[in-house]
Amino acid sequence: MAITLEKIPGQEERVILSLGPQHPSTHGVLRLVLELDGETVIRGLFDIGYLHTGFEKSFEALTYSQGITLTDRMDYLAPLSNNLGFCLAIEKLLDLEIPPKAQWIRVLLTELTRIQSHLVWLGTHALELGAMSPFLYTFREREEILNIFELVSGQRMMTSYFRVGGLALEPPLHWLKRVEKFLKSFPGRLQEYEDLLTQNPIWLGRTVGIGVLRPEEALALSLSGPVLRASGVAWDVRKSDPYSSYEKFDFNVPTRKEGDVYARYLVRMDEMRESIKIVRQATDGMPEGPVKATAPHIVLPERESMKTSIEALIYHFKLVTEGFHPPVGEVYQSIESPRGEIGFYLVSDGSPKPYRCHVRAPSFANLQGLMKVIEGRLLADVVACIASFDTVLGEIDR
Amino acid sequence: MPEKLEAHKAYQRIRDFDSQAIEDAREFRGEVTIYIRAPRLRAICEFLRDVPDLNFRYLSDVTAVDLHPAEPRFEVVYHLRSLAPHVKLCLKVRLPGDNPRIDSLVPVWPGANAFEREVWDLMGIQFDGHPFLRRILLPEDWEGHPLRKDFPTTGYR
Repeated sequence: MAITLEKIPGQEERVILSLGPQHPSTHGVLRLVLELDGETVIRGLFDIGYLHTGFEKSFEALTYSQGITLTDRMDYLAPLSNNLGFCLAIEKLLDLEIPPKAQWIRVLLTELTRIQSHLVWLGTHALELGAMSPFLYTFREREEILNIFELVSGQRMMTSYFRVGGLALEPPLHWLKRVEKFLKSFPGRLQEYEDLLTQNPIWLGRTVGIGVLRPEEALALSLSGPVLRASGVAWDVRKSDPYSSYEKFDFNVPTRKEGDVYARYLVRMDEMRESIKIVRQATDGMPEGPVKATAPHIVLPERESMKTSIEALIYHFKLVTEGFHPPVGEVYQSIESPRGEIGFYLVSDGSPKPYRCHVRAPSFANLQGLMKVIEGRLLADVVACIASFDTVLGEIDR
Repeated sequence: MPEKLEAHKAYQRIRDFDSQAIEDAREFRGEVTIYIRAPRLRAICEFLRDVPDLNFRYLSDVTAVDLHPAEPRFEVVYHLRSLAPHVKLCLKVRLPGDNPRIDSLVPVWPGANAFEREVWDLMGIQFDGHPFLRRILLPEDWEGHPLRKDFPTTGYR
């Protein structure tokens, strides 16, 4: 039985419309139930769970290191951000220090993740409002970033590249040249997208003044990320509690006051520029050194050392068959994913598997803001609003 | 008592406001957790939100932990934030295994709506005063609450 809306007595002429879950503008399997008066939305409900796979229950059956693979599959547009949040939570639990080079590579790759996630958002957002061409261009740029991910991790999307204690493996020689090549070409292309859209009268007509969210509403509804910042609240986890040495990077947090679909568009465009700044700083100042922490009871040993060292062989056997034992306790670690605050709440009972792992998914909380802004709007604007919230259903349903 | 906990302003202020409400308090890896007695939760949350120098206007997360077979069995976990100045705080409430219920925080932070529905759906904790406490991720006719530790994970259902 799917959720539905009951008609209000005396208002029988109103139409109850089910939008989704197969509707192409819903970015996956979001279903909205809307009560329409003519073309105006009176009220709405969201119906989710079509992708629910019980990730939180699955975490309890996997060791901490195995759990990393699940985080990729939650937010499939920002796998490295999720890897980072989960690894940081475990490292906080273990009180483990990560070498600087690994931290910088993590920052660099999560910022590239932010750019590629925003590129998918930009392409599909424009597509849904009738502009076909940006979609074709943004996927070209995204492809370059995915190639960089493939270069370092061997995987384009389900990277699982960040591990507890550092990175899975040392990135190949000269990989930074590929990043620099991307950095050279991307700012010009970003300008091309802006030329296509920012002053475009049709684009302005579909986005300016649509879906306005006031700052106090956005805060009360637990929204985060670009959606919150477009409403004038300058909160970014990277600034408020820096992780993975973000405090050493110089960047701004773009905000807008208007809180409409257009403001959310501008904030994300500016965020991509800030991400480029961070990536450039990371490539220029990349420290030397190892990419894994010196913690043999947690980090897998090098393959070579296992042939000569009995300790390495024993640790390898213990880690693969059993996993590591963190202390009893619980931590909450949140990071700024492309969609907002993604938080990992881990409860450890001292065994190699988490006793409980909860994920605070930004899109899940942001949906409440979506239901707020569509009230009283035209049905056609609902599509623009959904796109501007940039929801990922894999993360909502988990 | 660890130093960081004693120095935490919200902890001091809650103690001054209603010392009976605090059941326990802990600090681990720099994170402060305060255990609140269930009947006092909503009053404490309104206090934390409305006092200007505390200013906990943002609810980050609501979740629950099942400690089966221990009793009290459930812990409901609230992660609060104040954005200016930036402070994090974790509140916890212990609930019995038999008919676990607690006041909903939707009147305090409307954003609690979806989080509490998720906790009801997956963990089976009732939130009194919630405007729309229905299953959110699972189908309406699902039986049981799968994140409970005694929910069968194998076998025919």
